[in-house]
Amino acid sequence: MFDSAFLLAQETAAASSLIAGLTIFALAIFVGVEVITKIPPTLHTPLMSGSNAISGITLVGAILAAGEYPGAAKLLGFLAIVLATVNVVGGFLVTHRMLEKFRAR
Amino acid sequence: MSRAWVDLVYLIAAVLFILGLKGLTHPRTAVRGNLLGAVAMLLAVLVTLFDRQVFGGGVFGYTLIFLGLVIGSAIGVWLSITIRLESMPELVALFNGLGGAASFIVAGAYVTATPSDETSYAVSFATAASGLIGAVTLTGSLVAFAKLAGHPLLKRMPALPHSTVTNAVVGGVTLLLAFVCAISLSYDFWFWLVVIASLGLGYCLTISIGGADMPVVIALLNSYSGLAAAATGFVLQNNVLIIAGALVGASGLILTNVMCKAMNRSLTNVLFGTLGPTGETKDADEVYVNVKATGPDEVAMLLDVARRVVIVPGYGMAVAQAQHAVRDLANFLIAKGIEVEFGIHPVAGRMPGHMNVLLAEADIPYELLKEMDEINTSMEQTDVCLVIGANDTVNPDGRDNPKSAIAGMPIINADKARTCVVIKRSLSPGFAGIPNPLFAADNTLMFFADGKQAVLDILASLKEG
Repeated sequence: MFDSAFLLAQETAAASSLIAGLTIFALAIFVGVEVITKIPPTLHTPLMSGSNAISGITLVGAILAAGEYPGAAKLLGFLAIVLATVNVVGGFLVTHRMLEKFRAR
Repeated sequence: MSRAWVDLVYLIAAVLFILGLKGLTHPRTAVRGNLLGAVAMLLAVLVTLFDRQVFGGGVFGYTLIFLGLVIGSAIGVWLSITIRLESMPELVALFNGLGGAASFIVAGAYVTATPSDETSYAVSFATAASGLIGAVTLTGSLVAFAKLAGHPLLKRMPALPHSTVTNAVVGGVTLLLAFVCAISLSYDFWFWLVVIASLGLGYCLTISIGGADMPVVIALLNSYSGLAAAATGFVLQNNVLIIAGALVGASGLILTNVMCKAMNRSLTNVLFGTLGPTGETKDADEVYVNVKATGPDEVAMLLDVARRVVIVPGYGMAVAQAQHAVRDLANFLIAKGIEVEFGIHPVAGRMPGHMNVLLAEADIPYELLKEMDEINTSMEQTDVCLVIGANDTVNPDGRDNPKSAIAGMPIINADKARTCVVIKRSLSPGFAGIPNPLFAADNTLMFFADGKQAVLDILASLKEG
């Protein structure tokens, strides 16, 4: 009896945190659409490589995994750190290199 | 550091990401925008290092983290410094793939480390989504990378028979596995099965997509890499991952939409459809009865007396690496007092904005680069339109012939200029596989040559005259 009540509470907590997450996700999509539709086609390539670097935010998750988890999961975290860091560092640097070339007359 | 402080810094990072993207709305503020994004990432990473959960990992955990950061940074710096800007499309594809891979591996680490009785359906759905999207992003991007780089390995990879059927079967199986993974709470095994199936799916979906559709594919994979990060954010219940992932997802979807509109095709048609001559298509021999060939001296004479010149580049200019020669020609004409502008079609090249980056790299000021709609309004007042290595994007059939394979595709009205000079190696068809009536129009001259050599010859001839 206690057990099922506990599980129910756990499921309810998970559901409300899922809803909170979905709320943030939906609002962020709208912000993204509003901001990004204003970006001119001239800058579409830097937008792609720059936003690509931002998607390397998963690095945060990788660091948590490598720090917190035991055993094999730690090593997976390490692998993810390497991949995400290449994505982040390479992405921002190459975007910077490109944007410096966009010069006015 | 307590969770509340960490979350507060994550919020600051999320705001900086948005401000950074806002900076990209103008070339003048773009460098600063990109820097803001980098600062946001640095903040998020630094504060994570002080997270209480990471402290729990002890010295070994920190050693692994720093080792990973150092190795990753070294590779990232090396790639971004050594890459030539002409190779940007394949680099973007590669980075997309790495981001997707990192996302599903983090979800995998979570699955491996978390006992099944501590999880919930909310998390298991997110885990399945992360595995699915992340793995599709990885192999899809690697195939796109190999295609863009023209890797020899690709030629040895098998083309899929009945690709539509294969895609449907592999896609169906993958979705089914993902569903099973999501509803079974003991999902270690199922998760990795989803990953393996999705790796196959990513390969199947991209292997049969042709070169000129690459801008759509890259934009879509860009979106996926963001969505994979957001899904991983749901797994870890980490807001900064959700927000940043959503921003990138939205960005990729917008670019995908822009690219599809610029070809007047639906996303489904690009991904699964075929493009080619319809039954109504005229034969190339029929269309090309009246083609007039020209050479550098005649083009130089035309340019010499022109008041307004529009240059329309296509993927051929990138292949010939003619952008520096084009810049010299443009500068020479501008110095003579001739008005020079560039007309850029949204899908010219192999990724969104490809031509703009190439021309910017050759130090051509961005004010001279005009979008399709803008350049079309002044095409009738243009004396010479110089088309370099473009084909389908200047095919008048897109505008005039409702029965054409590219009917309804917006084009640059190169044919409306007083004289149109097309620099192209031969009359071979472009990606759409159909003949281009522009090449045989009364006011068109064909200059059959390599793009770079042709521009250099015209310039030499101009300087002599």
